[in-house]
Amino acid sequence: MKKIIKNLPVHAILIFVSLLSVFPFIWLISTSLKGSGENIFAYPPAIIPSDFTWENYTGVWQKVDFIGYFINSMIVAGGTVLLNLILSAMAGYPLARMEFCGKKITFFAILATIMIPFQAIMLPVYLITLKLHLVDSVNNFAGFIGLIMPFAVSAFGIFLMRQAFLGIPKEMEEAAIVDGCNVFQIFTKVLIPMVKPSLAVLAIFTFIGSWGEFLWPSIVLTKESMYTLPVGVNNLQGMFSSNWRFIAAGSILATIPIIIFFLFMQRYFISGENEGAVKG
Amino acid sequence: MFKYYGKYTPYLFLLPAAVVLIIFFFIPFFQTFVLSFQDYSNSIYHPAFAGFANYIKLFNSPVFYKVLFNTFIYLFVAVPVLAIVPLFLAILLNQQIKGITLYKILIYLPVIVSIVVAAIAFKWLYADEGILNYLVTTFGFQKIGWLTDPKWALYSVIIVTIWKGIGYYMMIYLAALMSVPKELYEACEIDGAGFLRKHLTVTVPHIMPTIALVTTISAISAMKVFAEIYVMTKGGPLNSSKTIVYYIYERAFENLDLGFASAMAVVLLLIVLALSFVNVIFFERNKYQI
Repeated sequence: MKKIIKNLPVHAILIFVSLLSVFPFIWLISTSLKGSGENIFAYPPAIIPSDFTWENYTGVWQKVDFIGYFINSMIVAGGTVLLNLILSAMAGYPLARMEFCGKKITFFAILATIMIPFQAIMLPVYLITLKLHLVDSVNNFAGFIGLIMPFAVSAFGIFLMRQAFLGIPKEMEEAAIVDGCNVFQIFTKVLIPMVKPSLAVLAIFTFIGSWGEFLWPSIVLTKESMYTLPVGVNNLQGMFSSNWRFIAAGSILATIPIIIFFLFMQRYFISGENEGAVKG
Repeated sequence: MFKYYGKYTPYLFLLPAAVVLIIFFFIPFFQTFVLSFQDYSNSIYHPAFAGFANYIKLFNSPVFYKVLFNTFIYLFVAVPVLAIVPLFLAILLNQQIKGITLYKILIYLPVIVSIVVAAIAFKWLYADEGILNYLVTTFGFQKIGWLTDPKWALYSVIIVTIWKGIGYYMMIYLAALMSVPKELYEACEIDGAGFLRKHLTVTVPHIMPTIALVTTISAISAMKVFAEIYVMTKGGPLNSSKTIVYYIYERAFENLDLGFASAMAVVLLLIVLALSFVNVIFFERNKYQI
């Protein structure tokens, strides 16, 4: 108790900042629960709805295919994560463990990609995606591939995996070689199981990044049935123009999956060990 | 260690990642420059060579200067706030107090949530008859056109970017603070140094590389903002909240002027490269040593 009183100013500041962080969502939730009998522009504003209703949720649920958006987001984020894990691990392994001609150049080429923002090269990426017919106007599968491929591997992932492989004692490989393993068996049976923690970190942060991605899908997608959640949420504004009850309810619905994911995985985000892992 | 792999094995392992990076990274990188010398106004598939026409058009366009100016305002407002406020919060959270995990979760929440949802939530706070204007009028001021007044729109959008970034940079700082030796603080306290003095003399010098890192990351992110603007203002009113990436998007995908947009992309590329270069040269050299 004494300690709490001594730390009172600290708690006051932290509570204030926490409130600022969640208030926009609280206000959105509040609006989404207000019935048509209540003025959502009332002065003074009411946080607790007086005409409480779930109608906005059922209403927006009937008009908008949230399940479809959710499935699309899952396919895109899932595919992006899977490819990132495979490609980063494969590329990180020789960079950590093998000597070969051109290693330095490869290394710096990958490093250079960190410095080039997607936004600056997205126009040619778009033209290439069109030329490869990886757009949803060809078919849905091509559309998904087009959403995933530009983000299928990142320098961050490759360096993360290289770092993980560097941390494994060489004796592990030597023992495997003595046992008669070839290089692919060493990779899949010996090394991969040992870098699982890094793979988990890579998976989680790639997932969050892919799940929230907005710019690329809003450029390439043409069909509403292919919308991912962020694109679908943005589209709510056009669908319900000034019906803020529905827009609020839809935004909250779309946010629930990632909040659940975050609460289950929170130790990965707030332990402080994986600093700087989400793309900024 | 003896060589246990074949001559071509390293390349085999690198191949899949290399294919993706070449198709979706290196080719587009060089093509951005090529595109900026082409004229796409007649056909998107059969461009004509345009020489420096796009650059001349760009440097003669008042909107370009407005957009550049806005982008630098974004930089100069968002970066200092994102370098300092999260550090302050991290210092507060880097001690044994009750409820620390809950504070971290709540402050980190905006980082996790989609920027589109965040932008919609703020658009609602900024509504003309919305809750922020209620507060403003309660304190006796005139209502503010948060997103409709050219004087305010850019700053209203910047606030969203800051709000969404604070938790992220706070976690970076928290990780760095763990490495500051506790004895230094104790020595400071014995000398009777207060909160500010203690952290200015011990914390700040100790985590200077992290402060520099946060400054560069937040500067580069500020150069790349798009969703906030797309969802809240579409760059308006009167281009007052338009920044580089939004302008590239608009010229390329709404006006289909790919050449002009690419010239703009080259400008963006050069600015970000300069910022990254400074970062890598000075701060991350050790991290990526072979």
